[in-house]
Amino acid sequence: MVKKSAERIYLTLIFLFLYLPIAVLIVLSFNNSKSRVYWGGFTLKWYQKMITSPTIMKAFGTTIIISLASALIATLLGTLAALGINAMKKRNQTIMLGATNIPMLNADIVTGISMMLLFVRFTRLGMGTVLIAHITFNIPYVILNVLPKLRQTSKYTYEAALDLGATPLYAFFKITWPQLRPGVLSGFLMAMTMSLDDFSITYFTKGAGINTLSTMIYTNMRKGINPEMYALSTILFMAALILLLLMNFGPSAKREKASK
Amino acid sequence: MSKKLIDLQHITKSYDGHTILDDLNLYIRENEFLTLLGPSGCGKTTTLRLIGGFESPDNGKIIFDGKNITNLAPNERQLNTVFQRYALFPHMTIAENIAFGLKIKKKSKDYINDKIKYALKLVNLDGFEKRSIDSLSGGQQQRIAIARAIVNEPKVLLLDEPLGALDLKLRQDMQYELIRLKNELGITFIYVTHDQEEALTMSDTIVVMNQGYIQQIGTPEDIYNEPCNAFVADFIGESNIIDGIMLEDKLVKILNVTFPCVDEGFGTNTPVDVVIRPEDVELVAPEQGLLSGEVTSLIFKGVHWEIVVLAGGYEWLVHTTQMHPVGSKVGIRVDPFNIQIMNKPESSDEKAVELDA
Ligand SMILES: Nc1ncnc2c1ncn2[C@@H]1O[C@H](COP(=O)(O)OP(=O)(O)OP(=O)(O)O)[C@@H](O)[C@H]1O
Ligand SMILES: [Mg+2]
Repeated sequence: MVKKSAERIYLTLIFLFLYLPIAVLIVLSFNNSKSRVYWGGFTLKWYQKMITSPTIMKAFGTTIIISLASALIATLLGTLAALGINAMKKRNQTIMLGATNIPMLNADIVTGISMMLLFVRFTRLGMGTVLIAHITFNIPYVILNVLPKLRQTSKYTYEAALDLGATPLYAFFKITWPQLRPGVLSGFLMAMTMSLDDFSITYFTKGAGINTLSTMIYTNMRKGINPEMYALSTILFMAALILLLLMNFGPSAKREKASK
Repeated sequence: MSKKLIDLQHITKSYDGHTILDDLNLYIRENEFLTLLGPSGCGKTTTLRLIGGFESPDNGKIIFDGKNITNLAPNERQLNTVFQRYALFPHMTIAENIAFGLKIKKKSKDYINDKIKYALKLVNLDGFEKRSIDSLSGGQQQRIAIARAIVNEPKVLLLDEPLGALDLKLRQDMQYELIRLKNELGITFIYVTHDQEEALTMSDTIVVMNQGYIQQIGTPEDIYNEPCNAFVADFIGESNIIDGIMLEDKLVKILNVTFPCVDEGFGTNTPVDVVIRPEDVELVAPEQGLLSGEVTSLIFKGVHWEIVVLAGGYEWLVHTTQMHPVGSKVGIRVDPFNIQIMNKPESSDEKAVELDA
């Protein structure tokens, strides 16, 4: 009995610590008063302000373009990489996986600075360099999602298709691809989340004049905090939440459960 | 005899420096039921994959119907495979699985539907069209894999332990069905198994393999009655394999006792392996036997008793319909016709094979 209620209290505390700050943020985004302490009644004006602000809308557009484009390209490259890695011998696979995983564990700020140093050597920083940077750090996440699916997909089904007269291309699209698709999809969603989420790498590789939402919030915060930033952050949080739910309960997850 | 349909010539195959098949020569005749038989890891699947085109040999040629197909892609070979691990397409229904090859060949819808019905009936799974692969048991999946292959009416069907997951009854039914199919459709079968009984009941020709070497090729009767070495004798059914010395023609010394036999041409005083099947050992009264000993174990096997007799320092395995209680004294006799004499292996490769066995 005591143990059970202790467990409950512990769990509640943990969730409180995790979600209280976000809850405060969300509440404040609907607060009519500019104060961070007093509740001045419910309002949507900060959301309205946010939508009508050209800086925010421009950054929003940039963010969408970059996260979509980088996730798409990274998904393509990452899937091809996973196919290649899967065909390697065991030992080379381990080496390749190590090599692709290191950028994921590396501190973002180090990745950001090193990319910036590399980019300025060849070109001006801008939209293009941010895109390249995002593609680069997204690829490992795609590989990580696709490779296990690929390992599950027995090579024998592909061979069986050849055996029944399919050309290699037909066999891939009819047999291998459908089994791979859930992994590719979740890889794409995760890449998009990571891209939306990123601040450090974007900050160092973006150059002047370009902002994604996260760098824009940071720049604005330095001038003083506006409640429309709360509104924006709330929306970003919701977007991440939706992506997460999609990843866990979306079509790919459903398939997996069905096959068990 | 019908003509050679597939001819494997001097095939060598190695993985990562390990030689799996070494100078393998084998041909398969049209309409033949040929079985590759051997212990796990001896290269049966590898041989089948070479024929199917999923691996290419390091050396040697594969001739199919007079044409060299060594470098032909699997989808261009006129044969179909039932894979050891079924390899059914998990995202398709059973009907879609079976129709896969026919759709590629652009057969009409009606033709395909008829074929699906026919094939499912054949493997005793009528009405399973709409079911998903996940919902099938291992044995059912295996039968669907067979159905998927045969609807294409290939010239040659390669089967890699296709009945491995079935229980005894279903297994026997399917063995019968497969033979019927073979006769009905006139397909050549290349069949892989490590079950010697299955090989003996189904095959026209058995190829016994060990460690990538062909040990013996012959009809089931040949292989069973005249195994060419100790490995084959041991692998095909249980045997007593005893060191002996061929004193002269028709006389062999086993366990210091001289036995009359019928083999000739081994020279004088040659060390040989002597094979005697358990059912060929006759148990008689102690004084009537060439050897005498004591029963050390007795197991009832249904049709017969399996008895171990310690005689002359060797544990003789005996199958008999007469009961001899443990501890009783018996004599051993063997009809000269039932003593099989074999040369000892000579080359180091053969020795390795022998040691492994
Ligand atoms: N792709 C591969 N890479 C490395 N070694 C392999 C490969 N395929 C097979 N081998 C090796 O070749 C040998 C023969 O394998 P094969 O699959 O032909 O055996 P098998 O006779 O079919 O055995 P089983 O009865 O267990 O199926 C084994 O030692 C196996 O480990
Ligand atoms: Mg095998």
